[in-house]
Amino acid sequence: MNHRAMNYLRHFLAVMLIAVGLAAPASAQLRVRVDEGNFKPTPIAIPDFQVTGANADLARQIVEVVRADLASTGLFDLQNPASFIQKDQTINAEPRFADWKIIRTEGLVIGAFEELPDGKVAVSFRLWDIYGGELMRINGEPGRRLTTTPENWRRIAHKIADSIYTRLTGEDPYFDTRIVYIAETGPKTERVKRLAIMDSDGANQQYLTSGRSIVLTPRFSPSAQEITYMSFEGGKPRVYLFNIETGRQELLGNFPGMTFAPRFSRDGQSVLLSQAQRGNTDIYVMNLRTRESSRLTDHPSIDTSPSMSPDGKSVVFNSDRGGSPQLYIMNTDGTQRACPSGGRDVACRITFGKGRYSTPVWSPRGDLIAFTKQEGGKFYIGVIGTDGKGERLLTEAYLDEGPDWSPNGRVIVYFREARAGASPQLWSVDLSGRNERRMVTQTDASDPAWSPLLQ
Amino acid sequence: MQTFLKVTAAAVLLATGACASKPAPVAETPPVETAPVVKEEVKVVETTPVETSTIAPGSLEDFRVNVGERVYFDLDQYRLDSDDQDILKRQAAWLASYPNVRILVAGNCDERGTREYNLALGERRANAVKEYLVSLGVSASRVDTVSYGKERPVVAGSNDQSWALNRNGWTQVVSGATS
Repeated sequence: MNHRAMNYLRHFLAVMLIAVGLAAPASAQLRVRVDEGNFKPTPIAIPDFQVTGANADLARQIVEVVRADLASTGLFDLQNPASFIQKDQTINAEPRFADWKIIRTEGLVIGAFEELPDGKVAVSFRLWDIYGGELMRINGEPGRRLTTTPENWRRIAHKIADSIYTRLTGEDPYFDTRIVYIAETGPKTERVKRLAIMDSDGANQQYLTSGRSIVLTPRFSPSAQEITYMSFEGGKPRVYLFNIETGRQELLGNFPGMTFAPRFSRDGQSVLLSQAQRGNTDIYVMNLRTRESSRLTDHPSIDTSPSMSPDGKSVVFNSDRGGSPQLYIMNTDGTQRACPSGGRDVACRITFGKGRYSTPVWSPRGDLIAFTKQEGGKFYIGVIGTDGKGERLLTEAYLDEGPDWSPNGRVIVYFREARAGASPQLWSVDLSGRNERRMVTQTDASDPAWSPLLQ
Repeated sequence: MQTFLKVTAAAVLLATGACASKPAPVAETPPVETAPVVKEEVKVVETTPVETSTIAPGSLEDFRVNVGERVYFDLDQYRLDSDDQDILKRQAAWLASYPNVRILVAGNCDERGTREYNLALGERRANAVKEYLVSLGVSASRVDTVSYGKERPVVAGSNDQSWALNRNGWTQVVSGATS
């Protein structure tokens, strides 16, 4: 390369860098702040999609699910389509920003629905920043196009909503997920409890077990293909695996005592569970490949409800070794660790507030632990730092129990009996404590667990 | 108050036991904190108690009515007090008279605890009953245990009286009784 060419290249690179530098302020576009103290939902507009083909109903159903997903976060104010001034927007044209500013829209989603010759359907969409006056690129592309079979239309809707949510908030997606829970029917003294599953928005509810035996406390595997849960099948509480695709149920392990409180390890290679024997409950870990189990805790107190940290190195659990149920953290390999309250121990207590703490669940982000707290005749769902600092209570009721995290660590699902004698229902709350919402189920419901993002 | 509750609870359950193989289902009543205990008793009792004399010795009814199936625990405890020990002594004596009988002891908890902790606590309670029976000479091989945690309340109410009834160790005859 000669000298002139080098100079040209340098000049070209400099221009490129300037261009990148100039682009930076422009990328300070519409951003929805999820943790703002003085919170106001951001107005966004999602007009009905343009339709190519005959199935306008399906197009409308998809757009309604996208709107509902985004509205359910509490972060967005989904504007009423009747108020829209521009009606002729198309996916490839710039919207008339002035028309949208009049109704104070900040974000605009324009979509197009097509029926393809092979029977599949496709949805394309673009996201516009109205006050910035520009297209918001998604993963570097001007927009996204998603294709699937018509039966699978809800997943397209959830994926669109996930893209928009992630682009506007910077948070990881969570709509294209499922929730497994326990469906409850019958009188309290003769309760029937069945394993049930539904989409994250409550659609497609299905029952996975017959109700012949009481089942409790389901949890997803990291692949979202398997569920581990406890069943009284055969009269004794034992931990089982359930394969969602095949419907196959399998007793896990051959423990002499009763087993319960199962959760998958973060890599999905093992299951942590509790075994109770001769009046003592300890935590074990079973390797799913070798089917060998080893003991994690060995203490005469009750040790249960284990939850592994995202890096797999630590386990938070519930123990009454200090006289009442409290939360403790240990190293997965059983070695001593430096405790936040000082000293070294194999298990460090992290809760010291008034009341009883149980059902700890480590956030997928790693920084927080969600728990159930019981104090003064009330139950609370709260979060605390892994160092035992910064406890915050998010909810309060006669009974609020059993939190689990959305895969992005932003939303907590739990179950609630609103007052004495009320039946249990599923609820969710944002990590900020805002946006407590009931999740509608066909029956009474408890023990919810959130799947990872579907593949 | 605790003893009064327990005695009442035992009376309620003995009366119930006379006509059902497990606690009769009780209709959900609105939770009235001040409701007198007798009110629940009235609801549970469905027939006049069977006269002791009509019960065959060694039968399931004999065990339920004349011995007593349940012991009651204090809040978050698994300790057996003297009332409980009296019932378990009767159970042990009865089991000594009928050596073919096998039993299942279930540990139960009230609804004011979390599910998994209560499964562990119920197992502690069932084991406490088993260990006491074994200390009185009952062979451990005749006694199985299970915990129902808070999944099998005896009564449906959400008040102190109901919770006291639901914190129990329940001895059921599994096999070997005379009919």
